[in-house]
Amino acid sequence: MRTSVQEMIAQSKGKKNKKFIEKIIPWILLLIASVSVLTTIGIVLTLIIETITFFRRVSVFDFVFGTTWLPFSNKEELYGILPLIVGTLKVTLIAVIVAVPIGISAAIYLSEYASETVRRIVKPVLEVLAGIPTIVYGFFALTFVTPLLQTFFPEIKIFNAISPGIVVGIMIIPMIASLSEDAMSAVPRSIRDGALAMGSTKFEVAWKIIVPAALSGIIASVVLAVSRAIGETMIVSLAGGSTPKFDGDFAGSIQTMTAYIVQVSKGDAGYGTTIYYSIYAVGFTLFLFTMLMNILAQYVSKRFREEY
Amino acid sequence: MRYVEQEKVIKRMNGRLVVNTIFKGLFMAATLLALLALVVLLYRIITQGASHLSLDFLMNFASRFPEKAGIKAALIGSLWLMAVVAPTSIILGVGSAIYLEEYAKQNKLTTFIRLNISNLAGVPSVVFGLLGLTIFVRAFSLGNSILAAGFTMSLLILPVIIVASQEAIRSVPKELRDASLGMGATKWQTVVNIILPAAIPGILTGSILALSRAIGETAPLIVIGIPVIIQFLPRGVFDTFTALPIQIFDWASRPQQEFQVVAAAGIIILMIFLLIMNSIAVIIRNKFQKRY
Amino acid sequence: MTTIKTALTKKEPVQKTDKKSVYLTKQLNLWYGDNHALKNIDLDIKENEVTAIIGPSGCGKSTYIKTLNRMVELVPSVKTSGQILYRDRNIFDKDYGVEELRTRVGMVFQKPNPFPKSIYDNIAYGPRIHGIKNKKILNEIVEKSLRGAAIWEEVKDRLDENAYSLSGGQQQRICIARALAIEPDVILMDEPTSALDPISTLKIEELVQELKKDYSIIIVTHNMQQAARISDKTAFFLNGEVIEYDDTDTIFSNPSDKRTEDYISGRFG
Repeated sequence: MRTSVQEMIAQSKGKKNKKFIEKIIPWILLLIASVSVLTTIGIVLTLIIETITFFRRVSVFDFVFGTTWLPFSNKEELYGILPLIVGTLKVTLIAVIVAVPIGISAAIYLSEYASETVRRIVKPVLEVLAGIPTIVYGFFALTFVTPLLQTFFPEIKIFNAISPGIVVGIMIIPMIASLSEDAMSAVPRSIRDGALAMGSTKFEVAWKIIVPAALSGIIASVVLAVSRAIGETMIVSLAGGSTPKFDGDFAGSIQTMTAYIVQVSKGDAGYGTTIYYSIYAVGFTLFLFTMLMNILAQYVSKRFREEY
Repeated sequence: MRYVEQEKVIKRMNGRLVVNTIFKGLFMAATLLALLALVVLLYRIITQGASHLSLDFLMNFASRFPEKAGIKAALIGSLWLMAVVAPTSIILGVGSAIYLEEYAKQNKLTTFIRLNISNLAGVPSVVFGLLGLTIFVRAFSLGNSILAAGFTMSLLILPVIIVASQEAIRSVPKELRDASLGMGATKWQTVVNIILPAAIPGILTGSILALSRAIGETAPLIVIGIPVIIQFLPRGVFDTFTALPIQIFDWASRPQQEFQVVAAAGIIILMIFLLIMNSIAVIIRNKFQKRY
Repeated sequence: MTTIKTALTKKEPVQKTDKKSVYLTKQLNLWYGDNHALKNIDLDIKENEVTAIIGPSGCGKSTYIKTLNRMVELVPSVKTSGQILYRDRNIFDKDYGVEELRTRVGMVFQKPNPFPKSIYDNIAYGPRIHGIKNKKILNEIVEKSLRGAAIWEEVKDRLDENAYSLSGGQQQRICIARALAIEPDVILMDEPTSALDPISTLKIEELVQELKKDYSIIIVTHNMQQAARISDKTAFFLNGEVIEYDDTDTIFSNPSDKRTEDYISGRFG
């Protein structure tokens, strides 16, 4: 009789190898998984170390409370970050004004009114909108939205806060719409049926039942979108300008934190100059802002999660 | 006396229905507005750039003269960049996902890694540029090479690939795992022979979408100092290069009107690039959908 | 009750020869976290017999069978105490690898779970992972296993097709063939027919009778008639304890415990 399968298995080579592989694989995978952790550590360390070098030359107080950002001056260089923050907030504000109503409305429409067919068409199209590179949006802002605005409001300059604000808004609509729609779709069918069975209109169900029930998810989506808007770089670099200003003017040129980093990187700020280190200080500030938003979003969606 | 008078309710019903119709219209209009933005954007760019599209545009290097400006170096450069980003990010992303889904124990370290990944996804791309500049360009002395840019981009899209791969692995039915382990297969044999083959469509779809994000990213490349005007093609990963989005950025920020047309033509090429990648992702998704 | 009785009369009487133990369980306890799922289990399972494990849902029968090849340990927070001797060796011994144990002990699951691969690759999976690469030997193993699971005639011309193109009953027999491919000593079956139609169930039951000649079979079943039809010994589990373990005939015709009687006469369960 032929040797049995069990005997062949017992004789097969590579048993030792197999054991060794089983032992070593989890460690290799853990090493790979730790790359993402190392990345975070790398980002934080990089920003902190170079920012500390920056603060050896510029006082922390002047940086945090200074209202003039003038790094390229021949006379006295001034590094007060408030103008860059104001520039960032102007664009973010406009973006939120554009994106929140449209994004949430689209989410309500898709979740409560649209048929399955419409949803199947609209959602991928929104995904396309989310997948367009920001450089393309920036070009669109500069060559289409700004001229369009200028025909109605001649006082708007070539570089301004409104045009990039609107386009950043368009960019974050898909994010708000899709995350909010997820939150609304998660509200159980039975709750809708309960309200509809009492004679509520669809709008009443959406506005008085679904939106409040999904509110934590909706707020989280908005906060995440704000974080994206704050960190957005190319749209504001192309259409926002490079004039850091501490004022409330939306029509004229501005500069955001991200645009400043790009401006310096494009030029030849030599390694070791104060300007070189300033992009890390600005980057660190930007990082803190977005991190705060992300943590806030996580907190909101966890703390106020609805139990169905 | 009754608290609810049906007649009154019925009378008010008309008003409520009108409100419903109005808001339905508003919600629909908002959705259409978002779609309209996409249509206008695509229409504008195609009409602006189409006139400059030609074989010469693809075959020429960048130039001071708009009519001679071509995209060859950027196109080839982006392909080189992908050649580094794709293997690096997929190996790191899928490896991390396998660890988290199959090996990680429920402990503080695992929770920390998960939390870290979701936070990393929210870090602005320009900050990744600063990381790349400090670590890869300077500390590792890679300069503004394809490798430095590729590693930076890989880290940038890593969270997306990890999350997509985790979802794909999680959707493999537990029964298949049990069957394999029940035959005396080791964990790693089960992962390689059963779980990965079943999860690969999902992993590929997610990875391609992440890679298409890397192709369009501009900010990190600018920060690590990738040059624009390049008159030669890279011969290896240690060479410097230029890429599509950074070339487009350069053209778009020039004051001459003629360069706007060149920029639009460059955008069309970039979008075709993205369209091809997304189509592949959709094809994979449809082809492998639902097999159990 | 009548169906059970008729099923019993058809069966040959169990020979009272002294067979060797294949699984000897001593004072087994198992906890899922704080939930004490198996309590002081003592069972002596003999070779080349069909041993049925019956009991109401949640009685621990599924947990017990999964403990026999240590699949239960895939659930986090499982703790065990006591011993299970498989062929005189404690399966909980530190140096007893689960892979080695599971190579000797095959398992068939509740829901048919073929791999999303070709029929051939499904059957060849076990031999391959255990290092058998020779194409000719693999071909022989595949044919022999499919014949052993009584499905060769149905699939011999479509070995390259995906196993999911088969019907549920066929898939389950593919899973049995897959387990046979490494010629295990014991086959554990965890409610193998619960997801199948009556005709497929019948085929599997006939197959179990056939397999008994070469293998020891332990089968968990929800279906008392099934236990009566196919098993030599039956263990009745309730709330994590073995209430009664005896020849199937005795359990179904003359149970010694009131609770067994209540259960098999359908008073609860």
